[in-house]
Amino acid sequence: MSNTKKFASVAVGLGLVTLPVLTACGSTDSGGSADSKTVTLVSHDSWAVSKSVLKDFEKQSGYTVKVLKDGDAGQAVNKAILTKDNPQGDVFFGVDNTLLSRALDNGLFQSYEAKGSDLILPEYRVDQDKHRVTPIDSGDICVNYDKAYFSEHKLTPPQSFDDLIKPEYKNLLVTENASTSSPGLGFLLGTAAKYGDGGWQDYWKKLKANGVKVVDGWEQAYNDEFSGSAGGKKAKADRPLVVSYASSPPAEVIYADPKPTTAPTGVADGTCFRQVEYAGLLSNAKNTKGGKALLDFLLTKEFQDDMPLNMFVYPVREAAQVPQEFVKYGRQAKDPETMAPTKIADNRDQWVKSWTSLVLK
Amino acid sequence: MALPVAFFAVFFAYPVAAIVARGLKADGAWQFGRIGDVLAQSDIRHVLWFTTWQALVSTVLTLLIALPGAYVFARFDFRGKQVLRAVVTVPFVLPTVVVGTAFLALVGRGGLLDQLWGVRLDTTVWAILLAHVFFNYAVVVRTVGGLWSQLDPRQEEAARMLGASRFAAWRKVTLPALSPAVAAAALMVFLFTFTSFGVVQILGGPTFSTLEVEIYRQTSEIFDLATAAVLTMIQFVAVGAILVVHARTVRRRETALRLVAPETTARRPRGAGPWALLAGVLASIVVLLVLPLGVLVQRSLDAPGGYGFAYYRALASADGGIFLVAPIEAIGNSLEYALAATAIAVAIGGLAAAALTRRNTGRLVRGFDALLMLPLGVSAVTVGFGFLIALDKPPLDLRASWILVPLAQALVGVPFVVRTMLPVLRAVDGRLREAAAVLGASPWRVWREVDLPMVRRALLIAAGFAFAVSLGEFGATVFIARPDNPTLPVAVARLLGRAGDLNYGQAMALSTILMVVCAVALLLLERVRTDRTGEF
Amino acid sequence: MLLSLEGATIRFGGRPVLDAVDLDVAEHEIVCVLGPSGSGKSTLLRAVAGLQSLDAGRVVLGGRDQAGVAAHKRGVGLMFQDHQLFPQRDVGGNVAFGLRMHGAPKGRQALEVGELLELVGLPGAERRAVAELSGGEQQRVALARALAPRPSLLMLDEPLGQLDRSLRERLVVELRELFGELGTTVLAVTHDQGEAFALADRVVVMREGRIAQSGTPLEVWQRPADEFVARFLGFDNVVEATVSGEAADTPWGKVPVPEGARQGPGTLLVRPAGVRLVAAADGLRCTVAARTFRGTHVAVHLQPEDAPRLEAACALRDAPEPGDEVGVEFDAAETVVLGEPPAA
Repeated sequence: MSNTKKFASVAVGLGLVTLPVLTACGSTDSGGSADSKTVTLVSHDSWAVSKSVLKDFEKQSGYTVKVLKDGDAGQAVNKAILTKDNPQGDVFFGVDNTLLSRALDNGLFQSYEAKGSDLILPEYRVDQDKHRVTPIDSGDICVNYDKAYFSEHKLTPPQSFDDLIKPEYKNLLVTENASTSSPGLGFLLGTAAKYGDGGWQDYWKKLKANGVKVVDGWEQAYNDEFSGSAGGKKAKADRPLVVSYASSPPAEVIYADPKPTTAPTGVADGTCFRQVEYAGLLSNAKNTKGGKALLDFLLTKEFQDDMPLNMFVYPVREAAQVPQEFVKYGRQAKDPETMAPTKIADNRDQWVKSWTSLVLK
Repeated sequence: MALPVAFFAVFFAYPVAAIVARGLKADGAWQFGRIGDVLAQSDIRHVLWFTTWQALVSTVLTLLIALPGAYVFARFDFRGKQVLRAVVTVPFVLPTVVVGTAFLALVGRGGLLDQLWGVRLDTTVWAILLAHVFFNYAVVVRTVGGLWSQLDPRQEEAARMLGASRFAAWRKVTLPALSPAVAAAALMVFLFTFTSFGVVQILGGPTFSTLEVEIYRQTSEIFDLATAAVLTMIQFVAVGAILVVHARTVRRRETALRLVAPETTARRPRGAGPWALLAGVLASIVVLLVLPLGVLVQRSLDAPGGYGFAYYRALASADGGIFLVAPIEAIGNSLEYALAATAIAVAIGGLAAAALTRRNTGRLVRGFDALLMLPLGVSAVTVGFGFLIALDKPPLDLRASWILVPLAQALVGVPFVVRTMLPVLRAVDGRLREAAAVLGASPWRVWREVDLPMVRRALLIAAGFAFAVSLGEFGATVFIARPDNPTLPVAVARLLGRAGDLNYGQAMALSTILMVVCAVALLLLERVRTDRTGEF
Repeated sequence: MLLSLEGATIRFGGRPVLDAVDLDVAEHEIVCVLGPSGSGKSTLLRAVAGLQSLDAGRVVLGGRDQAGVAAHKRGVGLMFQDHQLFPQRDVGGNVAFGLRMHGAPKGRQALEVGELLELVGLPGAERRAVAELSGGEQQRVALARALAPRPSLLMLDEPLGQLDRSLRERLVVELRELFGELGTTVLAVTHDQGEAFALADRVVVMREGRIAQSGTPLEVWQRPADEFVARFLGFDNVVEATVSGEAADTPWGKVPVPEGARQGPGTLLVRPAGVRLVAAADGLRCTVAARTFRGTHVAVHLQPEDAPRLEAACALRDAPEPGDEVGVEFDAAETVVLGEPPAA
């Protein structure tokens, strides 16, 4: 008598016991979006939408929306490229301008000009001839400052890239690893846009000499090192300058209880790099019709109005409502640095490499 | 045997092979030249060197700090011992994303060391090393202490009667009996630290990189699958070697030793020396393990309006916007996933352990023993990406299925189940089964009537450990696409990824809940600990 | 025949542990397999029970070939050497186990367990834990457990092996009475000849997987089949001899043999009782090498000049001291030419 046989029967028994448990969590069934009534959105972990807004879309269109979150922005894009012959869903949302070329070069998307594309603010429009991607939102990566620190020290907060290398701001800035963090990369690209292919290295040398601290991720930088954030206060953080987002100050107000009358942090306007997030209809999507409807939905006023407070980004549609908190506690950069996706694609790896050896070694 | 092999092949070997092949195959031809190219890069070689170096030093440090702890847990009887043993195990099953932050409170700015001596260790290699001690303390205490507590003290006494000094008796009698367990623990710690990911990323800062971190970077950020594949293969070979040595030492450990019930060997400390030792061990546990965990609790209660449960209350509301549902529901999700993962891990691990118990186990089967541990040493990002491209065709198109998460968690749980069940199953006298068979019991009845009652407790412990590990599992979970029902660690990570006091506070509150759930699960395990329950 | 083994062969790693064994056990018969450890006797029981499959030959129970019949369907009982009581069950639970497996109703189980415990001399022990039983009590519980499903054949593996001597002697008698009463067919194995002779209707001596001799205890005792059996039974006065007429030529000189003994070269056994001590001048001259007190008699070890040692059984009073010189005479009635077919 082999024990295996005994155990096989036990496993069957266990399986039977487990089955109800398993089905209990089976809120979504497998099998992709084979049936044409389901449309699947593949996105990164930051995807969020108000329940009621999504419900309205489902009601009006007759589609059920299934959302798959696939890790952080970089991972989600990479995974989508890996599976492009047999995609996990119909629409991908969340490829930004730093990764756009990688997605397009790999043939991730098929052409579709979403309804409402004509209402997209001109500065966000890309890929006008093929319409493989549609811009959905934008955000600015900027240096944030701890207001309390600067008023205590009777110091004017820095306003530009040039300010950051001044001696009065020595040892105050914390930023993220450009090779592992999206804001870290954005900040590097901002300096590259500002000082040009040859100049940014020189700038970073000065920044390094001025005591910039580099940590691996935004979470550590913002929550553990930045004195202006809620986490940083508890952690007795001592860096009053951090590379974060233009929407971070409003978040400090919105996610506070009781809510302060002014944001505890501010944005250095001249240190911003603009990030734009795109969505597109995946090549080989099973439900192209549903996918198109979903893309249309992402550009509707209803979604564009709802989006800012869910994902802390700015809308790209003309006359979309920017929430009051955004206006009151923060603002979009007036003149952010930008860079063409193709230029980013051409230089990104090389820049990150030389940045790493310049700053980290 | 067939089922575990199939499980292992489909959900581990195949996906990993697929992603490696994707990286190393261009235009249908293997690009083995890439191996040389990658190894020729000086920064890659530096990563390899650092990975090995820090793992070695971490292992030595962990043994130095945890062996006195193992002795105290084995030989001393004191109040709160069970609770304490559960507490020291909590870090092992907590996700690094949670603990990294807390650990900074010990070694970082404003941390204890900073306040006492102005020493800051964050973003130094010391932070990594100490955190590795923090995570792996329990491995040593449980593996070595478990055996130590069952060694018959009379053997040492017999040696002393024969004229050996106290130390000589220990060195000649106890140490040889203990050394396979110490070696096994050391190898496990080495394995865990060699493949360390979160700790190095969070505490080490961008200057330090292990093989695992580099694989993550190459796969997830740089998308250089060829380099990632080479690194994966290097790690595979290294981990395989560690596991082979480990399997050998474990087999030695299972050789006949005179074991006695642990209750009979522990006594209350008497005299200044034992008390000082106990105090020292307790102090090191408090500083290294309890303090960082305590910081989580403190921050979860430290709301702007004064200490209170504001953040916990906030967990129950869905207004946050980060999730479609209230964060509190992550607890339910986590429990469901962990239950499913536990069921899978226990079924697969139990079957594998049963197959490995058969007397006529050949070389092949024993090799499988080591093979089952491999998932512990393979990057979660590799497995996650592998799932994506390997399990994409019916009937195995599981990519969009919720079951993928518990499956990935079960991969990590199975080794623990096997290591817990194996010694107990091996200890069941085969003739008891025969006695039942001759009395008319069918094989199934034999299992139910003979094996089950004897392994029930081990099964419970295995299940509990698999449950706790699944609960805290973060790596594999985040690398798998999933519908919007986050597990606790994922929810914590996402709350930490967003600015704002409430988000941070809720992250701390959820972490505390996760910690408490893990601690309770482990405490329940302490109550059902058997005399012979493997290494964990 | 209730049980027949026909050419039963089992090999472990090429080495035969059972080598073409033929053995029959009739209904109500008590057969004891006797042999040193490693002779294959336990394997024999396991083969009959279905715990070990045969490499060749057949096991036939009640006229049916048991090939392919699993252990739990053979309806035989097996009492293990070290009892193998289920540690997590109490005495009653152990005894009732077989009844439960056979689906006996609860009420009948309780009744029968009570009866069986009474039968083995442990009335009312149902609720006791097996861990707190003495060795003898465990043995009784194991017996009751094996008897409970009323097996057609009860097999005992070293049934009294681990018990102390006085308990063993008492239990042997009890067991024999019990099996007689119940009419149980028994196949037991033991390495203890005293146990085998006291228990069995028939004794089967095994050597290296083969049956060396089979017969009633008296037959085996009186006429061991060969030197191995003789020595295994504890007889050491075994030598090569050439028989001619009523005497045999041995290293000890001429030894008288019974009438009709087989002529020619052979092996001769002289039981210790047949070695009589006389004055040194009157017989084979020996030195007393040692004495062993055996309770009813003294075993005297004698060293002749240029010949193998001899063992003699002496009355307590007559035993010489070590170092004494004595003479030895042999009694024809206590000598056996080995390998002879028993006198018809």
